[in-house]
Amino acid sequence: METTLGTPTTSAIAFFLIIVGITLAITYWAAKRTRSTKEFYAAGRSVSALQNGLALSGDYMSAASFLGIAGMVALKGYDGMIYATGWLVGWPALMFLIAEPLRNLGKYTFADVVAFRLSQTPVRIASAIGGVLTVLFYTIAQMVGSGNLIKLMFGISYEYAIVIVGVIMLAYVLFGGMIATTWVQIIKAVLLLSGVTVLTIMVLAQFNFSPANLYEAVTKSQETIKGVVGPVGQKALEPGGQVSNAWDAVSLGIALMLGLLGLPHILMRFYTVPNAKAARTSVLYATGFIGYFYIIIPIVGFGAAALVGRDLIKKIDAGGNMAAPLLAEQLAGTPFLGFIAAVAFATILAVVAGLTLAGASALSHDIYVHVVKKGKATEQEQVRVARWSTVVFGIVAVMLGIVFKGQNVAYMVGLAFAIACSANFPALLLSIVWRKFTTAGAVSSILTGSILTVLLIILSPTIQIDVLKHTDAYFPLRNPAIVSMTASFVVAIVVSLITREKRAETMFDDEKLRTYLGIGAE
Amino acid sequence: MKQTARQMLDSPEFKAMVTKRWTISVILTAILFVIYYGYIVLIAVNKPFMAQKIGDVTTLGIPLGVLVILLSWVLTAIYVIWANKSHDPEVRDLKSKVQ
Repeated sequence: METTLGTPTTSAIAFFLIIVGITLAITYWAAKRTRSTKEFYAAGRSVSALQNGLALSGDYMSAASFLGIAGMVALKGYDGMIYATGWLVGWPALMFLIAEPLRNLGKYTFADVVAFRLSQTPVRIASAIGGVLTVLFYTIAQMVGSGNLIKLMFGISYEYAIVIVGVIMLAYVLFGGMIATTWVQIIKAVLLLSGVTVLTIMVLAQFNFSPANLYEAVTKSQETIKGVVGPVGQKALEPGGQVSNAWDAVSLGIALMLGLLGLPHILMRFYTVPNAKAARTSVLYATGFIGYFYIIIPIVGFGAAALVGRDLIKKIDAGGNMAAPLLAEQLAGTPFLGFIAAVAFATILAVVAGLTLAGASALSHDIYVHVVKKGKATEQEQVRVARWSTVVFGIVAVMLGIVFKGQNVAYMVGLAFAIACSANFPALLLSIVWRKFTTAGAVSSILTGSILTVLLIILSPTIQIDVLKHTDAYFPLRNPAIVSMTASFVVAIVVSLITREKRAETMFDDEKLRTYLGIGAE
Repeated sequence: MKQTARQMLDSPEFKAMVTKRWTISVILTAILFVIYYGYIVLIAVNKPFMAQKIGDVTTLGIPLGVLVILLSWVLTAIYVIWANKSHDPEVRDLKSKVQ
């Protein structure tokens, strides 16, 4: 099969320009409505539950989950499906443990909740460290991934691709703040969900709408291994090497599940809805959309294996990332490939925009306003600093994307999730539920979580064997979450018990009316 | 009669509401953990179980994976239904009693 992938076809460029045109028009409209900090960070708290459900899905479903999981299922079969389930199960946990109290207690960032009754300066600094580290690692992974993907799809150079992403997403965030970013997420989520739905229906139509026929075609499809051509066989439908060590599997599972509860760009979205009830309903929508997505994306992956074939997928990109675009071209020709490529591009833009807004809010709202200015900054000054922070974070993101060119950054998303669940999540949860949680407890827990996670990742097989090509690793687990999160909780509890804080305990009782009844919530 | 914030915090109704909210949350979280980590550990320790065929080629692991996602959503829906039906009216009622 001949593919036009990697050449900028008219349809790909046309769809891309339409998407960028519409989103920039929305940004122009949003810019006129973005004057106060409440509008810049929280879209004026006027986002509906359904809109926020879509926006949460947009923030969460990255190009990695769309192209990456489809590719993993295409090349590795069932193992890709295991991965897909892990990406969903954090959402119910987010709902049960965090969503409503977070909405009631906070203002713009999750640090608002942690710092609510503790000493502002140390807690804000620590939370910003945990938050910025999470967002930075996540952004590097997105940037490097997007440079490669755009190069593969449109044939433009890696650096150009990164700069284009940087410029467009900066336009969204800088001028349109959270209002524009939310609409970009909504558009992207709708496009992605409908694009993948069409792709799934087209795949199933080839097999009389019977998944069993599709699976059979997968086992019969051909693959070349070490020069020998043979059928893929039954093992495509069986769990393989992905999950072999139970500890490793559970540790990765903890990072994926509870890491969601500490992702700043996701948590920030709960401040865009009017109240706790809307926050709750939006999680139900998001879980529905994301669950649906992860149920159908393996069909796209299996479809690519059966219809495109593993050999061609690997020839275009060894990691399998082009499985879904190739399948689109095979089933409906170049125009549909153009559409899917443009949707993938929109996905990248939207996720990076969300991350940039979260990174900028940690710098401006947590550090500048609460630490430097001790909470005394005029509205005008706050918006100005928020915009400058956006520019700073955006430029840093582009530079890191270029610096990490050609590096294996697959571990970075895992690292971001591990820091989120070890540094941000324990402090957030304890500040909501535990009366005796103290400033020292929060700071030491966040720092332990951040430092230990980074250290253990450096010592793990992910870096030692995969990146540095050593034969052995100092730390056995690929994802350290089970150790680093436990350590962070233990440190938080022990330090809090040693350092009692009378004022924080009294305030805990007072904040209960706000946490549970929403009295005084912003 | 309107209550002060202090009276509300000390009232048995408020305490019961908070306890109930966390009981439900913890139970649902525990079920979620059993479902998801059960699935993952099952794959890690008993691959032949997951690889057994339930059709010509289809393995048991495929519907189980889909089931984990569906059940996660069902748990979320159960929480929302409980919250809308029972929790919200309780919160509204308590809120109206505070000065």
